[in-house]
Amino acid sequence: MPHPLAGSSSEEAVGGDSTPSPDLLMARSFGDKDLILPNGGTPAGTSSPASSSSLLNRLQLDDDIDGETRDLFVVVDDPKKHVCTMETYITYRITTKSTRVEFDLPEYSVRRRYQDFDWLRSKLEESQPTHLIPPLPEKFVVKGVVDRFSEEFVETRRKALDKFLKRITDHPVLSFNEHFNIFLTAKDLNIYKKQGIALLTRMGESVKHVTGGYKLRTRPLEFAAIGDYLDTFALKLGTIDRIAQRIIKEEIEYLVELREYGPVYSTWSALEGELAEPLEGVSACIGNCSTALEELTDDMTEDFLPVLREYILYSDSMKSVLKKRDQVQAEYEAKLEAVALRKEDRPKVPVDVEKCQDRMECFNADLKADMERWQNNKRQDFRQLLMGMADKNIQYYEKVMSMPNKTGF
Amino acid sequence: MEQGPPDPERQLQPAPLEPLGRSEAGLGVAVDEEAEGAGEEGSGGDTMTHNNFWLKKIEISVSEAEKRTGRNAMNMQETYTAYLIETRSVEHTDGQSVLTDSLWRRYSEFELLRNYLLVYYPHIVVPPLPEKRAEFVWHKLSADNMDPDFVERRRIGLENFLLRIASHPILCRDKIFYLFLTQEGNWKETVNETGFQLKADSRLKALNATFRVKNPDKRFTDLKHYSDELQSVISHLLRVRARVADRLYGVYKVHGNYGRVFSEWSAIEKEMGDGLQSAGHHMDVYASSIDDILEDEEHYADQLKEYLFYAEALRAVCRKHELMQYDLEIAAQDLASKKQQCEELATGTVRTFSLKGMTTKLFGQETPEQREARIKVLEEQINEGEQQLKSKNLEGREFVKNAWADIERFKEQKNRDLKEALISYAVMQISMCKKGIQVWTNAKECFSKM
Repeated sequence: MPHPLAGSSSEEAVGGDSTPSPDLLMARSFGDKDLILPNGGTPAGTSSPASSSSLLNRLQLDDDIDGETRDLFVVVDDPKKHVCTMETYITYRITTKSTRVEFDLPEYSVRRRYQDFDWLRSKLEESQPTHLIPPLPEKFVVKGVVDRFSEEFVETRRKALDKFLKRITDHPVLSFNEHFNIFLTAKDLNIYKKQGIALLTRMGESVKHVTGGYKLRTRPLEFAAIGDYLDTFALKLGTIDRIAQRIIKEEIEYLVELREYGPVYSTWSALEGELAEPLEGVSACIGNCSTALEELTDDMTEDFLPVLREYILYSDSMKSVLKKRDQVQAEYEAKLEAVALRKEDRPKVPVDVEKCQDRMECFNADLKADMERWQNNKRQDFRQLLMGMADKNIQYYEKVMSMPNKTGF
Repeated sequence: MEQGPPDPERQLQPAPLEPLGRSEAGLGVAVDEEAEGAGEEGSGGDTMTHNNFWLKKIEISVSEAEKRTGRNAMNMQETYTAYLIETRSVEHTDGQSVLTDSLWRRYSEFELLRNYLLVYYPHIVVPPLPEKRAEFVWHKLSADNMDPDFVERRRIGLENFLLRIASHPILCRDKIFYLFLTQEGNWKETVNETGFQLKADSRLKALNATFRVKNPDKRFTDLKHYSDELQSVISHLLRVRARVADRLYGVYKVHGNYGRVFSEWSAIEKEMGDGLQSAGHHMDVYASSIDDILEDEEHYADQLKEYLFYAEALRAVCRKHELMQYDLEIAAQDLASKKQQCEELATGTVRTFSLKGMTTKLFGQETPEQREARIKVLEEQINEGEQQLKSKNLEGREFVKNAWADIERFKEQKNRDLKEALISYAVMQISMCKKGIQVWTNAKECFSKM
């Protein structure tokens, strides 16, 4: 049973019923055995592939664990408008409940604005470059076209921000990131922002210094496949987004015509005697249809389109991570080749080449694990999204149908 | 004896050989004095008799439409559509029908028939023809007269027209109508020989009367306003409905795109693939379902159109009344002025200006003999005028009585037909909703298996 504070990312309406095996549940307890450290990096000296794969196993099944064993809950709600001399903006309340040792208090409540989320995201990208960071809703809105302070816009954004934090919360590595902790707990985030604390993880530090410019020989099949998949995926989502927008547009134009259509029957009914009642009845039915249609288009705009866009953004950022991975591999291969070409009689590989290999293998492992998680979540998210779309349409027709029956036709 | 809305296989009740119940449709039978020529319908002519041509029940159907080419009046080649009209006689005993007549007619002949009926039965609300050119079309519908869907709907409309006439207690007995159904060749000549075009009232005359009439029957004035407003509201309704249909078509068809993209997407997915693929199929079903839905709605629009055109027929009856009333008023006015002239001549007082009076003053009084002669002429004219006025009055009252009876009949028919049309429209909407729910429920199930 999902925890009340657990948001949409953990809602598993239908399906998603794979139960984790008991021994892996045990492994969930945090201790020295756990390879995940608060600053999210892998401990020095334990860079062998063996540990990477057990890490993989652990990461894979996190989302299948139900709310009972969670120890971190985050909710975004209560948007408020702030009017200052220089600007007007919205803040959201972030409520955190946790039993983790990384949190001094069991509960926190802070206020954050979009800028702060943006800061968090870039910090995560910097410090966790081998992981897939969830997307934020779009930063820029064309002023005049969209009302940044309208209820619908703020609510759509709130949902997206809540989703963002929940995805981080669900991630076994990202949820322990120091920046994330500060974001959730600090009274005044600006102090931290100003100090520019470089809470970089070891991995983050390492990857940061990877130089581009090395050409990749061969991309491993699985990563090439992921790249291709993401390309096509983003393309299809883009098409679906366009189709959905077109449908909403047609529906709105249909609505405009209905709004003129209904009243004509009323006008007619005023001319008639015996026919007045049935004519009024038809007019009322059309009015009812209009109302239901408006609800449908609002729902689709607020709930359906944003999620599509989110996933398009997601796959874009994932592609960047893949590129980075390629760079890491390229550098390693180049360095390895340089050593081989030196034709020295060295019995073992130099340390810096070893570090490169280590970096590459961790990257690969993290990425693979995150991809698995991402695929799972994506499947659940889309199942829910599309079932929701079907539901909204069913409800529309049910509403429209209910009226003619009422007017005794 | 009123029938319900016409359907293809409607049967005609046999009309009795005597003129129909006088109280009902009122067949030119005088209310009081003049009881001559009982059973004369309309304004006279050899073509009408009160014979009943239909000794048995009949069925009329316009069963086929065919494209033809021929030469028109200006000897140019033209393409037109001909319609096959079949008349069947139904045996009382076993209900079997036997084809008695079958001939081809084109739209212009139907028009000729109707124009004829309008002239000879001005007190009847004459059923309208289906539209000559496609109006109130929306995108998918063609405005082309040769388009098969248009031809089909017109075929149904023409059949409906004939059935309306056949079920009308007075019109069904018209000989020209009988010949329309039975005599293919020479029918046009026969109609034209009645000289009905000459008997028609000129539009100018009618317009003049409308503006100048002083005391029309209030019921007709109200009816005219009603038919104006009815025409306006139904036109508006049909125009918006066409736009609504267009938009609805768009909404459904765009969903078809989901079918293709879901299919393409399913190709790159493992577990999600099957669900997406089958859901896409349902989206295709959804998109194609709109075609049948809108075809049914077109039938509803046709029912409304019939009454849009009926409004014009109602107005025609009102116009005739105004014309007759105006005629009467002018005749009365004329008579009154003659009577006054007579009185003035007799008493010697001149109250009204007359040229004769002026010249008499200027050039000298007329002799008593001259005056006597003039008085005599006037008295004759007055006598004649009084006779004419009396008969016009009678005519007018007859017209009002008969017309109003048919109008009442029409009102009931209209209420029945339109109520049924509205109900069937509501049923169509419910059916559309049920289909929608079905499709989306199926799609939802596919999504749940993703």
